[in-house]
Amino acid sequence: MAKLKLNLITGRTIHQGVAMEGGKEKDAYTKACGIIEMDPSDLKKLGIWKGTNVRVTSEWGSVVVKAVEATQGPHPGLAYIPMGPWANSVVNPKTYSTGMPTFKGVPIEVEPAINEPVLSSIQLVQKKCRGEA
Amino acid sequence: MSKSVTDVICPFCGTLCDDLEVIVSDDGKKIEDIYNACAIGAEKFMHAQAPERVKRPRMQQPDGSYKEVSYDEAVEYTARMLFNAKKPLMYGWSSTSCEAQSVGHEIAEKVGAIVDNTATVCHGTTLIAVQDVGIPSCTLGEIKNRADRIIFWGCNPCHAHPRHQSRYSVFPRGFFTNKGHMNRKVIVVDPRVTDTAKLADYHYQVEQGRDYELLSAFRVALRNEPLPETVAGIPREKIIEGAEVMKSGRFGIIFFGMGVTQSLSKNHNIDNAIMLTKDLNEFTKFSIMAMRGHYNVTGSGQVLGWQFGYPFSVDLSRGFARYNPGETSSNDLLRRGEVDAVFVLGSDPGAHFPISSVKKIAELPSVCVDPHITPTSEISKLHVPVAFVGVEVGGNCYRMDNVPIEARKVVDPPEGVLTDVEFLTRVNARLDQLMGGK
Repeated sequence: MAKLKLNLITGRTIHQGVAMEGGKEKDAYTKACGIIEMDPSDLKKLGIWKGTNVRVTSEWGSVVVKAVEATQGPHPGLAYIPMGPWANSVVNPKTYSTGMPTFKGVPIEVEPAINEPVLSSIQLVQKKCRGEA
Repeated sequence: MSKSVTDVICPFCGTLCDDLEVIVSDDGKKIEDIYNACAIGAEKFMHAQAPERVKRPRMQQPDGSYKEVSYDEAVEYTARMLFNAKKPLMYGWSSTSCEAQSVGHEIAEKVGAIVDNTATVCHGTTLIAVQDVGIPSCTLGEIKNRADRIIFWGCNPCHAHPRHQSRYSVFPRGFFTNKGHMNRKVIVVDPRVTDTAKLADYHYQVEQGRDYELLSAFRVALRNEPLPETVAGIPREKIIEGAEVMKSGRFGIIFFGMGVTQSLSKNHNIDNAIMLTKDLNEFTKFSIMAMRGHYNVTGSGQVLGWQFGYPFSVDLSRGFARYNPGETSSNDLLRRGEVDAVFVLGSDPGAHFPISSVKKIAELPSVCVDPHITPTSEISKLHVPVAFVGVEVGGNCYRMDNVPIEARKVVDPPEGVLTDVEFLTRVNARLDQLMGGK
C-alpha cells in the first residue's frame, strides 16, 4: 500500500465549533473532526478517492480518520485535522519547556485504511485510555 | 407570549459579542430563538435545551458504566479527593465566570493545588512572551474606530471568531473609518488559503512553522536592510511591499492566533511579533492583540493575576505561588506523572490535550464539572453537570482585549442543577470541615 509523508497542522473549523457545542458524543462531531483535509494532489499521490478512510501515524500515535479534500487550499504537502481527540492522538506532546504541546507541524504518514472504522470521540478516547486502540 | 431578552452576552469565544437577542418562552424556561449570534454561539444556546442533557452527577463504576449520584455525594467525593491528594491539578476555568474562578482558587490555596487554565494549550506562550517583552495593545473599540491596517497572523477568525470581523476588525464603520472595509487594508499570514485569507488584500502563504523568519524579514524590510531572495517561501518584493503597507497606515493592529503560539519557536514567535509592533511604532501607531479562544480565558488570567501574580500554571503546592511553564504546566505535570488527582471545570482536556496526557487523567482520581457530555466526562471518575454560564446563570467575563463584561442569565437551569459557584462553594465548605477549620 502507498504511504505518504505530510506535515500536519490542527486547529479550529466552524464545523468543529458547531458540532462541539452540539455535543461531542454525537455523530456530527465525528463527521466534523474525524477527518483529515488533504490537498487534491496529495490524494492523487496516495491513490485514493476523497471520502476514503485513512490511517494517520506519527511518532506519537496513530488514528483512523476520513480523508477529505482541503476546503481552504491549495496546500500541497500540508494536512489539516480539526482540533479534537483524533488530531490529539497523533500530535507531538512535547512542550519544550513552554507548557504548550506542539499541535502544529507534526510529521505524519498517511496510508489508506478502507476497512477500518472512524471511532466516535468517546469511543476513541476510552479505547486509547484502556490501551485498546 | 414569548418575550425577548436583549443585549445578551455570547459565551463562546473571546470576542464576547454583547448584542445577542434571545427569544424566551413566557414561563422563562425555554429558549425559542436566537438573533445576531454566529453558528457556534447559537448552537451553544440551543444545546442548553437538549432533552438528553445530564441533570445529576454520575459516578464511574468498576465496569466503566456511570451511575447517577446525588450532589451531596459529588461534593463529598470532590472534597475528599482534593483533601487526600498531595498535589492535585485544578484545570480549566475558561468556560466559567470570574466569581467561580475565585472560589476555585480559594480551594486550590487550601489544598495546595496547581491551578492552570486553557491558556496552557492556547495562548500560554503569548503570556510568556508578554512577560519577556511587554505588549503594546488596545481595545477592540479603538480598532473599530481607528484601525486601517489589519493583520491576521496565524489565525482564522472566519472559523474561530466568526463575528470578530463584522463587529470590530474589518467591516464596521467607525469614527475615523467611516467607509468600513474600504478604509482598511487586510493582510493575512497563514500556510493555508483560509477563508480569512480569501477576503484579504494581501495573503502571505508562509511555509508552516517559519513565522519567526518572516517576522524578522518584515523587521529587516522596515530598516531598509538587504533581504535574501525569499524568506519562508515569500519573495523579497512581497515582503517589502507588505512592510510599506503596514508603515503607510494611520493605525495598525496585528491579531495573532494558534498558528504562531503552537508552532515550533512558540513564545519566541510572539516575542518577535511584539517587537515588529514596536518597530512599526517608529513610523505609525501599531498595536497587537491575542485572539483568545474561550470566552473567559482572559478572565482566568486576570483573576489568577491579581490573586497570585501569574496568569496560568500557578503552583500552590508549597504554600506560596510559583510559576514555571514547562514544570508547573498541565501537560508537563501529567506526562511526568507528578499530580495525583485531577479536577477539571469549564474545559475539556479529554478532547484537547494530547492523548498521552489524557491517559494519565483516566488513571487518576478525577472530577469533571461540565454541563456537556465530553471525552473528559467519560473518562473521569465523577461527572458533575452544572448550569451554563451566560445562559442559565450570569457572571463576570473578560473579552480578548481585557474588557470585563457581565454575562446575563437568560433562562433558569433545569430544576435542581447547581451552578459552578454553588458547587464550588459547597466543596469549599466541606473542605473546611475536613480540615477542622485550619
